[in-house]
Amino acid sequence: MKAFNIYLCGVGGQGIGLLAEVLLRAIDYAGFPAKAVDTHGLAQRGGIVVSHLRYGDNIFSPMVPAGKSDLVVALERHEALRGAESMLQQGGTLIYYNTVLQPLGVRLGKDIEVSEELIEKFCESADIKLFAVADEDLADPRTQNIVVLAHINKLRLLPGVNREHMEKALGDLLAGSLLEKNLKLFDSLA
Amino acid sequence: MKDMGEMLLREEPFAEIVMGNTALVRAMVEAQTRVVTSYPGSPTPEIASAIRAIPADQRPFYFEFSTNEKVATEVAFGAALNGHLATVFFKSVGLNVTADTFVQLSLLNIPGGMVVVLGDDPGANSSQNEQDNRHYAYLSYTPIFEPAGPDEVYSYYLQAAALSQKLGKVVILRLTTHVCHAKETVAFRGYTPTEQDNTPRFSVKNGPYIPLTSAVYPMKERALRQLGEIEDWVDKRNLHTVVDNNSKLGIITSGLVYLSLLEVLGTVPPSKTKPDILKLAMVYPVPRHTIVGFLKKHEEVKVLEELDDELERSIKAIAYDLGLQTRIIGKNDMGDWIGEYTPEKVEHILHATWPDLLETPELPEPAGQTPARPPQMCPGCGHRSAFHAIGEALADEDITVADIGCHTLGFQEPYNLGELVLCMGASPGIGSGLSLFNTTRKVVAFLGDSTFFHAGLPGIINALFNNHNLTLVLMENGTTAMTGHQDHPASGRNFNEISEAIPIRQLLEGLGVPSIFETDTYKQEELRKIMRQAINEERFNVVIARHPCMLLFAKKQRKAKGTNPYQVHIDQKACEKITTCIAKFGCPSFVNNQTDGTITVNKDLCIGDGSCIPTCPSKAIKR
Ligand SMILES: Cc1ncc(C[n+]2csc(CCOP(=O)(O)OP(=O)(O)O)c2C)c(N)n1
Repeated sequence: MKAFNIYLCGVGGQGIGLLAEVLLRAIDYAGFPAKAVDTHGLAQRGGIVVSHLRYGDNIFSPMVPAGKSDLVVALERHEALRGAESMLQQGGTLIYYNTVLQPLGVRLGKDIEVSEELIEKFCESADIKLFAVADEDLADPRTQNIVVLAHINKLRLLPGVNREHMEKALGDLLAGSLLEKNLKLFDSLA
Repeated sequence: MKDMGEMLLREEPFAEIVMGNTALVRAMVEAQTRVVTSYPGSPTPEIASAIRAIPADQRPFYFEFSTNEKVATEVAFGAALNGHLATVFFKSVGLNVTADTFVQLSLLNIPGGMVVVLGDDPGANSSQNEQDNRHYAYLSYTPIFEPAGPDEVYSYYLQAAALSQKLGKVVILRLTTHVCHAKETVAFRGYTPTEQDNTPRFSVKNGPYIPLTSAVYPMKERALRQLGEIEDWVDKRNLHTVVDNNSKLGIITSGLVYLSLLEVLGTVPPSKTKPDILKLAMVYPVPRHTIVGFLKKHEEVKVLEELDDELERSIKAIAYDLGLQTRIIGKNDMGDWIGEYTPEKVEHILHATWPDLLETPELPEPAGQTPARPPQMCPGCGHRSAFHAIGEALADEDITVADIGCHTLGFQEPYNLGELVLCMGASPGIGSGLSLFNTTRKVVAFLGDSTFFHAGLPGIINALFNNHNLTLVLMENGTTAMTGHQDHPASGRNFNEISEAIPIRQLLEGLGVPSIFETDTYKQEELRKIMRQAINEERFNVVIARHPCMLLFAKKQRKAKGTNPYQVHIDQKACEKITTCIAKFGCPSFVNNQTDGTITVNKDLCIGDGSCIPTCPSKAIKR
């Protein structure tokens, strides 16, 4: 399979690391060669957290070249726009969890908050398929990543990777009641 | 992977997707490493997380976080003198801290073998510079292996350990940020636990170990002689890689840059011949035979090396000595010296080198329209409360010096405190210098508690010794927060067990600090008062501004209770839109609703600490 590039982004503490690891393992269960790389450290203090994930044939670097992503997965609205602007290729797909964690400049009133419309406009101009997801009734904000995972499955955004692969991957990474809770949420949406 | 500990000790061969840092720990286990030490620093802390995953009673080696990189190196060295294979790991700039110790090692016979694992950071992803630590190899005659990904982290560590044991010599394994954190499937060999020999085998007969005056010469001679042996050893094992495309053009490279290069060469149109590649497994000593062979086969050779031009200079010197006619192309402009060699960067460099080889790369996207998102102190962070109160106690012209740690983020708006930073432990010394001849501007230095033990003490003692006039604010949060909450000497735990906490206050008293103030940073009024008093004392004094790390606290609380039980909200009737909460206190949990001008609280972020409550003049923040 031709290389498929995924760029994940969000804000420190949102669970990008787990989401990236689940996708990587799901891709592995689906039988594709894959490489990935996460950011760690400083960026996690409320800064931007990103993860690169690539699968298919002839992949060498773990890093997705700028502007060469087939899919951008974001857990926050500002990061969705930033990720799409810098990483997504024409004709690619953006899926994001529609929540806002205001960056410093927005809180201070120096920058304008990114709106849903702004993202829609950008995606239209760059021929990008756009999916904004959210779950108003979500009890625990730390499971927003699982909501996104479920939609990635439902929308078939990862070629060759299906629900069973994702469930197995979750089972590899979580245990006990945490696994149960996340699987239940995943299954209810996927 | 649920059970990483089990995986790391598994006896039969297996394959698994792992991070470079995890692959390293498996290699340590297989190599029968006995002693591992470190001081935390990105990109290496996950090495310790993997070690932690092995239950203490099953861990086949001893591990400690030492007080700093120098001590960590010394502990590993001492163990290796007793015959134990030892390894120390730390981040790039850690090598500066341990330099005095490190540069001696290569002169000495280290019977157990010793590997220094460096986490270098091209691109300065999480460091105060992107220094090229290969320079230290030249300085100290120490060989350097450079893996490109997790698979090679694993295999090169095994090679480095074997070489180190064979020669009784220190060997460097140089990782970079995206090698440490890259993930791929690695095929691991089996592991056979063996009976461990605890006999302390140190003997002066293995020496000499006293490099005084002319005794240094034979030691240096041995180190130099070994460089040739090392080159042969690597050659014999065929560790360097040659990609032969039958081209007149060649590229010499190493590490992760090699993978960026393969990525870019994947885009060369089939009508064109791709350049040949020589990928070096070891970049120092520069493998002369291998390089000469490669140069002779090519008309033009591009040296593609990240950061500085060590390989380029060595290769050009080799070619000059032999009178080779090959055109050697090194760095072109300043941009080639700066930043990580990502695929985009390599594409740009190759295109500038051989314009016909690749299609013209697309210009980088113009900066987007998304507001920047600088890192922030976490909700509830005691450092924020400290800055809020201290900022009110200081005059605009006063000088504030930051150190390394979470509090470094105070330089940003809305605090603007900690106006410069150098490296760990530097703030008391810099502050002392800023206080000389200075009778008009108060000097305040900030210092974290892990940093206090790491490199802060000498500056503090100097301020006492030489009677400097500054106030040191110790930002005590009980942990090494920025790098992932490692314990430090005042935490009451080391990596392995409960240990007597070294009391910072008593330590300062014992040193004779004439006045020590102390309060919890949430007590805004008191901290403000203390601070005014301290800066007006006209002598060295210390303010201990303490509050436990709330990120750690909130994590534990969530684990226990599932959520953050208490959150604050804003009483919209009481709110007078003075915006102190946003514009001065600056907790990221507050939301500035740009459509209607109200301020609300983001429930996903607030941890209910209430540190903001006393800062609202209208008393509109309520639990
Ligand atoms: C020589 C060196 N070693 C390690 C680091 C990595 N590092 C960055 S911040 C930090 C934490 C310092 O902890 P502390 O002083 O307790 O401050 P905190 O982050 O807890 O506020 C460390 C170890 C570094 N920058 N330099």
